[in-house]
Amino acid sequence: MTHVPWCCKSEQRQIGGWPILAYTVRRLIILALSLLIAAMALFVLLRLLPGDPANALLGVGATDAQIAAARAQLGSDQPLATQFVQYLGNIARFDLGTSFVSRASVIGEIGNRMAVTVPLTLLGFLLALVIAIPLGIIAAVRAHTWYGWLISVVSQLGIAIPVFWLGILLVTAFSINLRWLPSGGFPLRGWQNLGEAATGMVLPVLTVALVMAASLLRYVRAATLDVLGSDFLRTARALGSGFAEALLRHGLRNGAVPVISILGIELASTFLGAVVVERVFSLPGLGSMLLLAIQQRDYPNLQGVLIVSTLLVLLIGFFADLLQRLIDPRLRDRARGAA
Amino acid sequence: MSSIGITGFETRRRFSPTLWMGLALVGLQLAIAVLALVWTPYDPTAMTGGRLEAPSWLHWAGTDRLGRDFLTQVMLGSQIALLVGSGAVLIGGIIGVSLGLLAAFASRWLDDALAATLDILIAFPTLLIAMLVVAASDQASLFSAIFAIGIALSAIVARLTRILAKRVLLLDYITAARTSGTSWPGIVLIHVLPNIWPTLAVNFALQFGLAAIAEASLSYLGLGAPPPNPSWGHLLQEAQGTVYTAPIGAFVPGLALVLLVVGINLLADGLRDVVDPTQETSR
Repeated sequence: MTHVPWCCKSEQRQIGGWPILAYTVRRLIILALSLLIAAMALFVLLRLLPGDPANALLGVGATDAQIAAARAQLGSDQPLATQFVQYLGNIARFDLGTSFVSRASVIGEIGNRMAVTVPLTLLGFLLALVIAIPLGIIAAVRAHTWYGWLISVVSQLGIAIPVFWLGILLVTAFSINLRWLPSGGFPLRGWQNLGEAATGMVLPVLTVALVMAASLLRYVRAATLDVLGSDFLRTARALGSGFAEALLRHGLRNGAVPVISILGIELASTFLGAVVVERVFSLPGLGSMLLLAIQQRDYPNLQGVLIVSTLLVLLIGFFADLLQRLIDPRLRDRARGAA
Repeated sequence: MSSIGITGFETRRRFSPTLWMGLALVGLQLAIAVLALVWTPYDPTAMTGGRLEAPSWLHWAGTDRLGRDFLTQVMLGSQIALLVGSGAVLIGGIIGVSLGLLAAFASRWLDDALAATLDILIAFPTLLIAMLVVAASDQASLFSAIFAIGIALSAIVARLTRILAKRVLLLDYITAARTSGTSWPGIVLIHVLPNIWPTLAVNFALQFGLAAIAEASLSYLGLGAPPPNPSWGHLLQEAQGTVYTAPIGAFVPGLALVLLVVGINLLADGLRDVVDPTQETSR
């Protein structure tokens, strides 16, 4: 184990402790402001949508009095400023209203749907990491071998493949030709019917993972190439570390920093992009709820899905930024210098 | 931006095999789309064979569930992909470049606000934003798909333009131009745009690929141009239902789309080496 005597780790940690707190507070303020901006944008967007929500609620043939009553009930006869304050208050209390179509509570429906989308996204994400990190490192370290080259070419092809087509191809191969797995659907009783739910998730998770791995691999490869050309790696080698040890001990931490911000973006876009995968495999997730809400002009459901997914996307960004600061003290110092 | 005269870069400025392959793939699609304007193997709406026939000499890609020639549909689909791709990049480019330049020239407060908004928008996938724009338009049509994808792309273009323009604005010759009394539209046209267009052009090519995938996804979800528009996404969505009896239908449109996007990506990579030798290639 190489030890660098002039770099005292414990002291560095002590000094590093406070800027990270200051950074967390600053980043929390940014998070809150972004949420407010996003909430405003959604408020405006939903009012740009064609049609009066009162009409959507009542259907065809409602009298003027009924429409007026529905508007009063929805609050859409109030001035916009009042509506906005009410809307913010409702969001803060996690009261997202009830669906125009099914009359079910929006937040309850979102909860049910998350039970499909969250495992799909997270399992796909983990599997993508397991595929992309080792292959990306191999593609960089062995860039001049035939398999290093092959990995790069396959990942280039992978980013050009639309998610839904990959899903259809996997269904054709594994459900129709080999008959190993179901081609889609999710049991009505959900995860209580564990066996059926799990086999139903295999192909969707694989689809998500392969698409994500193709694009992650390119970033892992680029980050590893940067590390391989760095001075610190040469120094570590000169101080007696083996190649693998130097790469694991110094390279991993350095290479991880740029990759983490990409990971955050990828995780968020996979979560939101689940709409396509869920359609391919007819899964009752958040994405299919969004699609249905758009088709049926079910504004409370649409608003609810958008608010919850925006919140999740912003939270993922927050944690990705924080994690980067925890791993890389240089970013912390820069933050302290700027403050 | 350009570092002419540095040895070692010179060789890379020539047309690379990457660029040639990209040009060939995109050129092929373009030729097919133009050919389909004047000639297709069959009338696209006529039932010229049995339902869901397997590929044969008469129908190279088989027939669809209404007995129409599938190859004809796929050829017409390439028109839609190219049309939506270029239309969306045009709209996204105009809005994005304007917004990016505005942010770069604006007061610090406006610039920060725009940058923060763009950062939030970029966290959302192109497809999702396009879905919402389609939802906001009265009726789904080819134009609403182009417009929606263009809007969704504009955030990415705007962010890139802002960063590139700000980098140029820091240079000494801008200060010189300002002190000599050049107005800011003059600075944009004479100094900023000529300096940033190579990078923008490469980015537009990548956006084109994104737009083609987004269009197919929208159509697959039933939010694209309504039938009988034979968008590849729509063809795939129909073929998925009949994949047991006619697996070829689920294969050909997807392959066409992947070849187009790979071609565009190769073209962008090759173009980057030609126009902007300072940038590292992704290879």
